[in-house]
Amino acid sequence: MTRIGKASELAAYRAELLKKRPADAKVVAVCCGTGCNAYGAQKVYAAFAAELAKQGVKDWALRSTGCHGFCERGTLVVMFPEGMLYQRVKPEDVAEIVEKTLKGGETLERFLYDDPVTGEKHRLEHEIPFYKHQERLILGQNGQLNPESIDDYIALGGYLGLAKALEHGADWTLEEVKKANVRGRGGGGFPAGKKWETCRNAKSDKHYVICNADEGDPGAFMDRSVLEGNPHSVIEGMIIGALAIGSDEGFIYVRHEYPLAVKRLEQALVEARGLGLLGEKILGSSLSFDIRINRGGGAFVCGESTALMASIEGRVGEPRAKHINTAIQGLYNKPSNLNNVETWANIPLVINRGAEWYTSIGTKGSTGTKIFSLVGKVNNTGLVEVPMGMTLRKIIFEIGGGIPAGRKFKAVQTGGPSGGCLPAEKLDLPVDFDTLWNEGSMMGSGGMIVMDDRTCMVDVAKYFLGFLKFESCGKCTTCREGIRRLHELVTAVTEGRATEETLQLIEDLSETVEAASLCALGTTATNPVRSTLKFFREEYLAHVKERRCPAAVCKTLIRYDINEKCTGCMVCAKRCPQKCISGERKKLHVIDQSKCIKCGICLDVCKFDAVEVK
Amino acid sequence: MELSRVDAIIERNGSRGASLLAILQDVQDEANYLPREALEHVSKRLELPLARVYAMATFFQAFHLEPRGKYVCTVCMGTACHVRGAARLVEQLERDLEVKSGGTTKDLQFTVEEVNCVGACALGPLVIINGEYHGTMTADRLTKTVEGLKKAEGGTR
Amino acid sequence: MTLNLTINGVRVEAEEGESLLDVARRNGFEIPSLCHHEAVAAYGACRLCLVEVTKGGRKKLTTSCNYEVLGGIEVVTESAAIRRHRAMVLELILAEAPESATVKALAAEYGVTRSRFAASGAGEDRDGCILCGLCARVCAEVVGANALTFRKRGDNRQMGTPFVEEPQTCIACGACAWVCPTSCVGFDEQNGERKVHRWKRSLPLAKTEKGHAFAPQFQLFHFRKLAKLEADFYKKAPGER
Repeated sequence: MTRIGKASELAAYRAELLKKRPADAKVVAVCCGTGCNAYGAQKVYAAFAAELAKQGVKDWALRSTGCHGFCERGTLVVMFPEGMLYQRVKPEDVAEIVEKTLKGGETLERFLYDDPVTGEKHRLEHEIPFYKHQERLILGQNGQLNPESIDDYIALGGYLGLAKALEHGADWTLEEVKKANVRGRGGGGFPAGKKWETCRNAKSDKHYVICNADEGDPGAFMDRSVLEGNPHSVIEGMIIGALAIGSDEGFIYVRHEYPLAVKRLEQALVEARGLGLLGEKILGSSLSFDIRINRGGGAFVCGESTALMASIEGRVGEPRAKHINTAIQGLYNKPSNLNNVETWANIPLVINRGAEWYTSIGTKGSTGTKIFSLVGKVNNTGLVEVPMGMTLRKIIFEIGGGIPAGRKFKAVQTGGPSGGCLPAEKLDLPVDFDTLWNEGSMMGSGGMIVMDDRTCMVDVAKYFLGFLKFESCGKCTTCREGIRRLHELVTAVTEGRATEETLQLIEDLSETVEAASLCALGTTATNPVRSTLKFFREEYLAHVKERRCPAAVCKTLIRYDINEKCTGCMVCAKRCPQKCISGERKKLHVIDQSKCIKCGICLDVCKFDAVEVK
Repeated sequence: MELSRVDAIIERNGSRGASLLAILQDVQDEANYLPREALEHVSKRLELPLARVYAMATFFQAFHLEPRGKYVCTVCMGTACHVRGAARLVEQLERDLEVKSGGTTKDLQFTVEEVNCVGACALGPLVIINGEYHGTMTADRLTKTVEGLKKAEGGTR
Repeated sequence: MTLNLTINGVRVEAEEGESLLDVARRNGFEIPSLCHHEAVAAYGACRLCLVEVTKGGRKKLTTSCNYEVLGGIEVVTESAAIRRHRAMVLELILAEAPESATVKALAAEYGVTRSRFAASGAGEDRDGCILCGLCARVCAEVVGANALTFRKRGDNRQMGTPFVEEPQTCIACGACAWVCPTSCVGFDEQNGERKVHRWKRSLPLAKTEKGHAFAPQFQLFHFRKLAKLEADFYKKAPGER
């Protein structure tokens, strides 16, 4: 690999690459994101490699790509240039696909996506409702490049943003990011340009640039997808940031739960250094900057900036008071600019295509797109990138295809453990930073968990409190004891041991936890319980007054029964760990309620819909 | 664990306080847990109080002070998995293996652990067994999977 | 540089770098706290020293121990909201240390005589420890023995010694017991031995020339080293010189 000595030579380097890969090249792209890998994508990829060789196919290239986002339907295979999508492809299907589709040009209907709502089949990826309403500025490249190839990234226009920034200088770059009003995608929504400026203006011999890749919100995985699918976009963003801020050293703090992301980043850094895009005198300019990777240790609180920095310094992840913010006094007490993965990935786009173009997307206060992980009780789960300001309804029902099995939408949880649950009457709200905040929820990093009528909202509140009491660093009394006590109180509700006084105590204690805790983990910890109490108070009252869980979730308050649909097949009796189901073959079975531990196995194994839970 | 291995890890990461987290991670990657003698050695080599090294080793969920089983069964407890019934999977493993979550069976074959979301939410509920993802899991299928592993180990249990 | 600020409407002066808690207390304003001690750096764990600070027209609640004073701020140390939050914090703390006279007295000042929360109930019993961290901070910052630390996190957090064993670097000086706000460390001398109960540390006492036992050998060694004293300095006890 030779270093590219000048910004202007990057274009020439790219032109050479493009000669080798014309726009109409035939490529089979196999999604090898984490979701598809779990379905066996690696085997599908290997099968394609073997079959293409075996059947002597020369005009199709094979590419392993990052996550396409439609994880529900993996393994995904897309055939370019047309963009035909085959879903749920298994290794044993590959020989037929190579023979009939790649060689014969035939469309194999059974691999096409069929809409669960309309039953319609779709051939092309971009025609599918899941993709049609999205604006995939960040994620779009995932499907088109091999994340382990810097040439793929450059061919798609990668590092041109950096070249442009170097050409126009640090001041122009900072102004452009400010004009674009890029807001932090990690949760707070703080304007990135403003933060950069504060950091750059802080007098110091050293400025740090940090990427927060400690994506800890349960139910959010967009950063994982970007890191694994397009690591260079993050790296390029950081280099541009380093230029604007005047930094020579950067860190990427990645969760250890994302081993593939670490591997891809490491490789990307090596390749970028090899081409002279990182290190001394980047692209022959006066900018010198390099990046190191730090692996997190499995602590949600390390997503908080001061805890993350403590962790990089080799200390436990305890946040400290931010009376002076980290852009001025951060890592090793030096000015440190921290943004998350998705924010950094937006930067090359802003520079490359300009602030004016960028602000034309989204709303006035929230520009650009936002990636959401649409999960839970929704038909099309996966990663969704939409312009800011799209309504919840459009995201959940048009892109997400609505609620499975004909059940009813109940709530959507946004913002992870710091966010709240919004009910059906809020579905027409536009999703942007400020609207969600005003409703007692927040954008957070973009988790969007859909809940149906079989989700108990008290149980959801209990879940988040349980998560947070374990993930709190434990320093503040209000956070450590307060969340633990809230969890105790909400547990009492789920077990029918609570009174209306309990609900009052939950509210009073929540107020103190919010007011008196040090970091954002504590001050936002009560959002899930408060928002559910606000919007689903009736459900709390059913638990309290009637000792009833309307969604049939809370164990203490439910029972399993077998109805007359039972055919007496005996499967449930055999699988019951308590051996408390009795009945003869071909006769109605009965559950001994005194022994039942409500594990739900009978419900899982029954093929006749005969097990009921109430 | 040989202390020379710990030395090699320290060399690789740099003998300074800032490398503590990375050093402990590498030790655990090799030994599958953090042996006490390794922690004491790291404390000595980095000239850090043992109290500080011990605090790190107990603060982060990634670290374990006890040896773990040959098969580590990790149930994802992310929100998406939770609403699809992940808690039941933990209970099932606890029953099948007769060990509490976080614990290891006496014969050091199985460890049951929980993790707060691995970002594979579309596959929920999810169980990871030695790094391999098993998506859309049910309690019943989990029992069968574990039975299969036990059998593969000779079926003596 | 001298800064001017107001506390409860009264103009006071402070030096740059001082903490708001120190400035307020020096000027006679009472602010409760359980995790603060002049000998160590502020930590901000107990959350009792909560006050309201108005800066540039914006009000916010903050702990005063780790808030460095700024010129022009207006501080309120007592209000209905502040009292309500402190009372709730004390109710949480009282459940952990129901026997502590200090905690009981302070709680009573805020009208809290019983806690609505069940006794402790934390993962492991904490035996009256409220996890303020003073013992470990004194041990590290003042004594330099680094014998104590927090372990684990969240509601599993505990204070103790590495591996929950008799700490080998502990000199049994007793500073931890001295600063503990709930007196849960426990410390005594009997039969020529000093014991620090909570850490299960016991060390034999050294004797002076006149046969008085007054401190553990290990402690004297540590102090001699820190203060660069003569080897026979402790042959005489302080009262014997």
